[in-house]
Amino acid sequence: MIGVYMIVTLLISCGLFFSRNKALNYILVSLFLVSLWGMGVYECFHLNSTAWRFFTTDALGLLLFLALCLIAVPALFHGFRYLEKHNTGETPHSKGFFLGAMVLLIGACSMAYLSNHLAVTWIFIEITTLSASTLIYHHRNLSALEGVWKYVFLCAISITFIYVGILFLSLAMKKAGIEDMTFSSLYANRLNLDPYWLKLSFLFVFTGFTAKFGLVPMYTAGIDAKDKAPAPAGALLSSILMNLGFIGVYRVYAIMAHTPYQGWANTIMIISGILSIFVASVYMTRIKNIKRMFAYSGIEHMGLVVLGLAAGGIGVYAAILHILLHTLVKPTLFFQYNQIYWVYQSKSINDVGDYFKFNKTGAMVVLLAFFSATAMPPSGLFVSEFMIFQSLLEGHHLVLLLAVLVLLTLIIWGFGSNIFKLLFTPLKKSRKDAMMTEQALTFNESSVPRISPWESCSQYVLLALSVYLAYNPPAGLVYLIKNAVALIQ
Amino acid sequence: MTDILLIILAMSLLYMSIANRLISYLRILVIQGLILFGATFLTLTELNTVNLLFILLETLVFKAIAVPWFLNHIIRKNRITREAEPYLPNFLSLLIVTLIITAAIILASFINDEHLDKTFFVVAISTIFTGLYLIVSRKKIITHVIGYIVIENGVFVLSLAVGNEMPMLVNLGIMLDIFASVLILGIFFNKIGDVIKDPDVNVLSNLKDS
Repeated sequence: MIGVYMIVTLLISCGLFFSRNKALNYILVSLFLVSLWGMGVYECFHLNSTAWRFFTTDALGLLLFLALCLIAVPALFHGFRYLEKHNTGETPHSKGFFLGAMVLLIGACSMAYLSNHLAVTWIFIEITTLSASTLIYHHRNLSALEGVWKYVFLCAISITFIYVGILFLSLAMKKAGIEDMTFSSLYANRLNLDPYWLKLSFLFVFTGFTAKFGLVPMYTAGIDAKDKAPAPAGALLSSILMNLGFIGVYRVYAIMAHTPYQGWANTIMIISGILSIFVASVYMTRIKNIKRMFAYSGIEHMGLVVLGLAAGGIGVYAAILHILLHTLVKPTLFFQYNQIYWVYQSKSINDVGDYFKFNKTGAMVVLLAFFSATAMPPSGLFVSEFMIFQSLLEGHHLVLLLAVLVLLTLIIWGFGSNIFKLLFTPLKKSRKDAMMTEQALTFNESSVPRISPWESCSQYVLLALSVYLAYNPPAGLVYLIKNAVALIQ
Repeated sequence: MTDILLIILAMSLLYMSIANRLISYLRILVIQGLILFGATFLTLTELNTVNLLFILLETLVFKAIAVPWFLNHIIRKNRITREAEPYLPNFLSLLIVTLIITAAIILASFINDEHLDKTFFVVAISTIFTGLYLIVSRKKIITHVIGYIVIENGVFVLSLAVGNEMPMLVNLGIMLDIFASVLILGIFFNKIGDVIKDPDVNVLSNLKDS
């Protein structure tokens, strides 16, 4: 089944790369979604089964796979909207490339979730880098070139780091006398691994994965990428691709758990997490670019997730719940961003305002998504964030908890002042497009396009789902998360 | 014999830290490719012939010939000035690379592992970090790419240390080589020449948070 899925995905994305026909694009993308959902349903009934030696459906992989299935549908829908409506000047060639790269990115992420071998995960990470760089370079201009250059270069260094980590891991395995590098065999032999190489390997692999995960030290590539990529692609980069970093870190951390070096790994993760939240708070309070602000909000959440993992206790459960809910919430902001840009033709917070007047449905989404993303009740993220705080308290990280709370307050302040400016402040009559040129533009209210409320439907569904899953989690979800937590505890 | 080759590789790093012209960097890359070719031939004796031939072909054709030739082509095509333009004086660079190598030796002295030849470890680690240093201390984009290729060479040395037991890892390393080189050089660096005529890293510094 997994082989069929892989081949179908590859064929469809190749077909899209060469497709010049709109109807064919629709057919191929629908086919891909059918095969993706088919694969998701199939995996639900084959938990903990191994296919093709390198792919095992464990609980965590299944959870993230299902979240990916949920996000893929609106992402591709908004991708079509973006190509047909929001962005004029698309050629059939560029449309095909965009859709093909989206399909390839989704496919590679889904395969990486299911792989049970660090090297196989690594190969799929290379493919995601390739497809993401195509998406970032979509506009073919100088700033897109700069974004893609930084992304490709940093990702190349990050995968080199992961590769060095894999080499060190293989040295650690020599002492244990095992040859099989699958995660299950590593868990089974974790106490026999050579501690020196294991620690060094964790350090390199963790540093390498931070590029995808969005943590200090390698978070910078992702920010430029999410800014420059078209918003539907940015939604994927800030959800499923970050999950890919999470699953990599989680699986390698699970090897360290139950060994005497777990505390050492926790220290590294706590340093990285708190620095990420710090960086996010510094930028969020003074940022003027709306899209980059959304990207930095993702950095903050990943910092919280990694703190939850390191704190242990209920924190591990909360971290997985947090990453799932974040996958639902963050894309809504990016999907909505397209409509904002369509109205104002600018990314800068100085050029926007009075959004309720132009697009009521969309403005409601922005308001609700803001409450969700800052984890204010009744947001779903509130539940998981609260549990992370609880775990920090139980783990006696009091100073850390206080620092996190202060930084989060700063982030809410910065995020809120920008969002409320967008929604409620009256618009200035004349404005300068400071982001791109010095040329003065006048905002003409009559030229604002009418935006159909239907375009915001998927966002409402995603936000409602995130609240529902947090406050009334289905038994299956709890079972799967507990199963995934069992790897560490 | 392998040790001598690896020590020459470490010495080439010192030369790289003080080299002024881009063409000298390319010559060093060719030499490093040849050294890796020799080291592969001498180290991976337990591999089956087809796999060994594949690896040898990759080091010789890719590392020693294709990549330096292509970089040279880019330098010519874009008329990049031949100065390397370091941010720091050469003497300081030499000192820093020496410190990197010393630190690698000290780090290696903590290892007591009979499975690993320490020379490989020292040379690999110092090559990787020298590559990183080259990236942060040079101004041009093309020197960043050269720095990245140096990192890859270091990683390749490390993979040779475990190559006999795990040939799959060496093959993965080759995949990394080809993937990154094709992505960075093939698709991408050509584009930089098309879109902007001055491939200087200063041109690509507009994306930031104001």
